[in-house]
Amino acid sequence: MNNFFNKSDLSRQDADKIVSETLNNCDDGELYLEESKSESILLDDNKIKSSNYSSDLGFGFRAISDEVVAYSYSNEISKDSLKSSSENLKSTLKSIKGTYNHEIPKTNKQLYEDINPIEQKTLNSKLDVLNKVNDFLRKKDGSVKQVTASFSGEQKSIEIIRSGGESITDVRPLIRFNVSVMLEKNGRKETGVYGIGGRQSYDDYLKNDNWKNVCEEALRIASVNLESKPAPAGEMKVVLGPGWPAILIHEAIGHGLEGDFNRKKTSAFHNLMGQKVASEGVTIVDDGTIDNRRGSLTIDDEGTPTERTVLIENGILKGFMQDRHNARLMNTKSTGSGRRENYRHIVLPRMRNTMMLSGNQTQDEMIKSVDKGIFAVSFGGGQVDITSGKFVFNCTEAYEINNGKIGSPIKGATLIGDGPSILKEVSMVGNDMLMDPGIGTCGKAGQGVPVGVAQPSILIEKMTVGGTKL
Amino acid sequence: MVKDQEFLKLKASYCLDLAKKMGATDASVTVGHTISETVNFRNKNLEASDRSDGLALSIEIYIDKKRSSITSSNLIDKNIKILVEKCYETTKITPEDEFNSLPDKNLLAQKLKNLDLYDQTRFENEKKIEYLNELEEVASEPEKIINTESSFTENKTNFILANSDGFCDGWKKSSFTASSVTVAKDENSMERDYEYTSCRHLADIKNASELGKKAAEQTIKKLSPKKIGSEKINLIFDKKIAKGMLSVFAGAISASAISRGTSFLKDKINQQVFSKVINVIDKPDIVKGIGSKYFDSEGVNSKTLNLVEDGLLKNYLIDTYNGKKLNLQSNGRSGGTTNLYFKNGNISFEELLKNSSKSLYITETIGHGSNLVTGDYSVGAAGYLIENGEFKYPVNEITIAGNFKDMFKNIILANDLEFEYSVNSPTMMIEGMTVAGK
Repeated sequence: MNNFFNKSDLSRQDADKIVSETLNNCDDGELYLEESKSESILLDDNKIKSSNYSSDLGFGFRAISDEVVAYSYSNEISKDSLKSSSENLKSTLKSIKGTYNHEIPKTNKQLYEDINPIEQKTLNSKLDVLNKVNDFLRKKDGSVKQVTASFSGEQKSIEIIRSGGESITDVRPLIRFNVSVMLEKNGRKETGVYGIGGRQSYDDYLKNDNWKNVCEEALRIASVNLESKPAPAGEMKVVLGPGWPAILIHEAIGHGLEGDFNRKKTSAFHNLMGQKVASEGVTIVDDGTIDNRRGSLTIDDEGTPTERTVLIENGILKGFMQDRHNARLMNTKSTGSGRRENYRHIVLPRMRNTMMLSGNQTQDEMIKSVDKGIFAVSFGGGQVDITSGKFVFNCTEAYEINNGKIGSPIKGATLIGDGPSILKEVSMVGNDMLMDPGIGTCGKAGQGVPVGVAQPSILIEKMTVGGTKL
Repeated sequence: MVKDQEFLKLKASYCLDLAKKMGATDASVTVGHTISETVNFRNKNLEASDRSDGLALSIEIYIDKKRSSITSSNLIDKNIKILVEKCYETTKITPEDEFNSLPDKNLLAQKLKNLDLYDQTRFENEKKIEYLNELEEVASEPEKIINTESSFTENKTNFILANSDGFCDGWKKSSFTASSVTVAKDENSMERDYEYTSCRHLADIKNASELGKKAAEQTIKKLSPKKIGSEKINLIFDKKIAKGMLSVFAGAISASAISRGTSFLKDKINQQVFSKVINVIDKPDIVKGIGSKYFDSEGVNSKTLNLVEDGLLKNYLIDTYNGKKLNLQSNGRSGGTTNLYFKNGNISFEELLKNSSKSLYITETIGHGSNLVTGDYSVGAAGYLIENGEFKYPVNEITIAGNFKDMFKNIILANDLEFEYSVNSPTMMIEGMTVAGK
């Protein structure tokens, strides 16, 4: 456990007093203390290009009354600094009075171990793995022209102090290992990227020389792309592979089901609760409670234990994701989805691990049923316009489907669709649900937070593919 | 108040001395302080206020050709000492890299002209609230506008960059930014759009009601969009999208992408990469410029660069490390471009619209579909169908695709360049790109 008060002139009693006195006439709020230690080590162009260590410490003080949120942060944990933040909050909220809600659920579960992954593996052994990755890939294929490999690790300790002195703590490890490879053959260059990670130590992910599998997957994607033809342009059937392609779910409907946009009625979903928004057989949950996953949290950044929130059940819209602020204004409960990038940012309702559950068809059946379309296996990233509901995601590995058979690989292309209607186009749901490898970061309002996704193979009847071939 | 130069210099030299004492052969330190205050409005009411006060420190330690770095927000001397020790120990076991070094001394900058980047005016939160009140009053006036969100941010920064070769300099800068996001609704659709303004001096900020009016108008214009068929068509890029092409170009000519061989513009110096009428300039010394700099993030003097002359690629963006690798001298672009822009074209905006009987005017792109290795481009888009120079109807849920190598050679620019941001472009037309729709 981190002690935020032993290096400061601010005692816990002082902090409790200032917090209680500031939040006394507010509806909600808390003092959020955070210390993070992080590293990133990068091999690039045959060399260790950078090794960076970072330590960050600070607090964010929040007071909420009615619809108004006042926030102040500083990276100086001291009595003066906290007092000046308190004055700042009070002056914003001076004319609005609230009643503090002391209720906050408790949990005894812990979804990850209290470790510092950075210190669990020596720098030398990390450098060693990165050099092995470089040698392995360059030896394996003569057309490898560039290799980039990196480790990033973090330990984040947080403490939340609420009015009345209640304190809630969490220590969160997070690591990621990434390999990117560029091939050049006959004047063509293509890249392939793959990575793994989650809330365990580096070695939990690198058992049995698992780094080799990561290298081989990156190499395989790059090799496929070297043979790729221009992608088609226009509306067609799309088969999505299991796992990471679930960023479709994240973009198409996940963001639209976050509480803030629905309270403000700016989401394309705000008036669809209880209605059919997806084909029968489509069930989607957002789950923060899976052990060691990148998107999992024992408690969210407001102190609420995370849960498995059902968003869509058998095609019907069932729930939104809520933080305390939006939940209160919408007369419901927090789903443990209140998150922030760090102490510099305000809490927003965010996704954790967003998953479409398995159905009972096979990927084979899907491919066989398509006369003309594409089969998309791997993706770069996506984006959504919450209000119009339009979303995109970029293929990094995809193939043509002709007469029920997988054909040539096609160049990376953007796929675009309409969130509220796309899931009604899902005509088959596979029995092969898979979690992503633990690499996702979601951006919202300038804040990035680690997330996960999962889905089985699915067949979408109609989607626009943004290639160049008409 | 933002911390003064003396305080930052003191911290920087404390770090340098420590590093030297421990045995570092070279070191470089950046210390910065930022104070930022934001007020947010929603539907004509105060929604949030946010104050941040942050110090930041980054140290790079060299032991001959070994290098590693450390960053922190905790500037207490005791903590700095622990970090410098940790950084030194890490550097010792980091492998050598022959290209690691501080910048060449003769390239280091001396401040000459005053660029007027700091306005000490404090715009109290009450004043921000007045501004936002006026903005939202106008933005929410049209019946079809159902939600308005706006914000005003005041930002003051000071920093010092110091290295063991004796360089020690920095500057204060301020920025004032206002934005308005509006949501409009009709019987067929709901749409959102935004408008923003940013400047170094408060006096230059756009009028609140103009900003709100423009955001609302743009949003309403997007309502009831249609999806069009898939076809080859001429695209006209609104300025705010056209400037994105320049950012892609800057990424592709960064010395890092060139030296790693991961750019579609590698080995293209003195070759035709744009059509003959295109000129691209990066100018660091624009007075009050949003991207203006006295020197780059290593202290190297940044001079105006003609990146593209008559369509020929003339310069890469070079930092010390990648410069040494490419056997080129740094041109003061560690940390990227400064004020980057296309020179004006020869025809007016109206003439550009009338240039073809049918074209698509792009006001928005979505997704990250730019591949700098291959030059392939594919993104989601929205805009308007234009026939004979007239806006016909809004278009949505389409993609646009091509390859930058071809696209750059088919650019036609209007003559409506304005210096509003750090990257600026006139309205742009690109012929013969693929649109995927129905």
